[in-house]
Amino acid sequence: MSTESTRLRIKTWICATVVVLSNLFGNFFLKRGMPGELPGPLAYITVLFRPWVSLGVVLLIVWVLSRMALLSWADLSYVLPVTSVGYVLVALAGRVLLQEQITIQRWTGIILIMAGVALVSRSAPQTQLDPKPRAVAAGAGR
Amino acid sequence: MKWLLIAVIVAATTVGEVLQAKGMRSHGEIRDFRPGALRRAISALTRNWAVVGGIAGMAISFFAYLRLLAVTELSFAVPATAVTYVLETVLAKYVLKEQVTRLRWAGAGLVVCGVALVSL
Repeated sequence: MSTESTRLRIKTWICATVVVLSNLFGNFFLKRGMPGELPGPLAYITVLFRPWVSLGVVLLIVWVLSRMALLSWADLSYVLPVTSVGYVLVALAGRVLLQEQITIQRWTGIILIMAGVALVSRSAPQTQLDPKPRAVAAGAGR
Repeated sequence: MKWLLIAVIVAATTVGEVLQAKGMRSHGEIRDFRPGALRRAISALTRNWAVVGGIAGMAISFFAYLRLLAVTELSFAVPATAVTYVLETVLAKYVLKEQVTRLRWAGAGLVVCGVALVSL
């Protein structure tokens, strides 16, 4: 049983990393490619064909799908805090890429988020068994 | 106007994400990540009413959020919507029947305070 919980934990970490990074870079590329204003409804369609915007949209689709996959085995009360590490990465990226100042207040917030993530990630990702019997999928690849 | 938008965002996000989690859990753990198997999983999920309802809720929330960003700044919008973490954790316990231990409550509380501090 402990190999099963180790397997689930590793899979959860890999999937959570994809969730966080696809959201971070998806939003970043979207912002980079978006023009200041969108005149008329047609502009909402044509903007999708800009290279940075389409790359951002693809990454956000990856984000939604990987998050759904993660929720297929992990608890919502686990996924929510653990994926909030993205807020920390946004603040750090602002400092590294855009030379923004990180105030003491922001550092405090970053430390609180990291502490919360550390606490929650110590608990098992899944506290309630799958409603479907496991034997069915046991032989399938991952 | 902005408080109405926040109420819409919080309600739609909370209901949408809880429905999505419920639907995904009832589908069962995704174990096969090969393209063919993923395509089959996605087509099964489009017939799962909780997943479809969840996505609808998140879409409403997304457009209301865009609207909110047009009338307020990010440093108000982010902490005001962080309250969904608490609501969703409560619903995870009572609706999804997850075991929300004291460790998880403490973690969720720290994250909400942290998000507020980072974005204010």
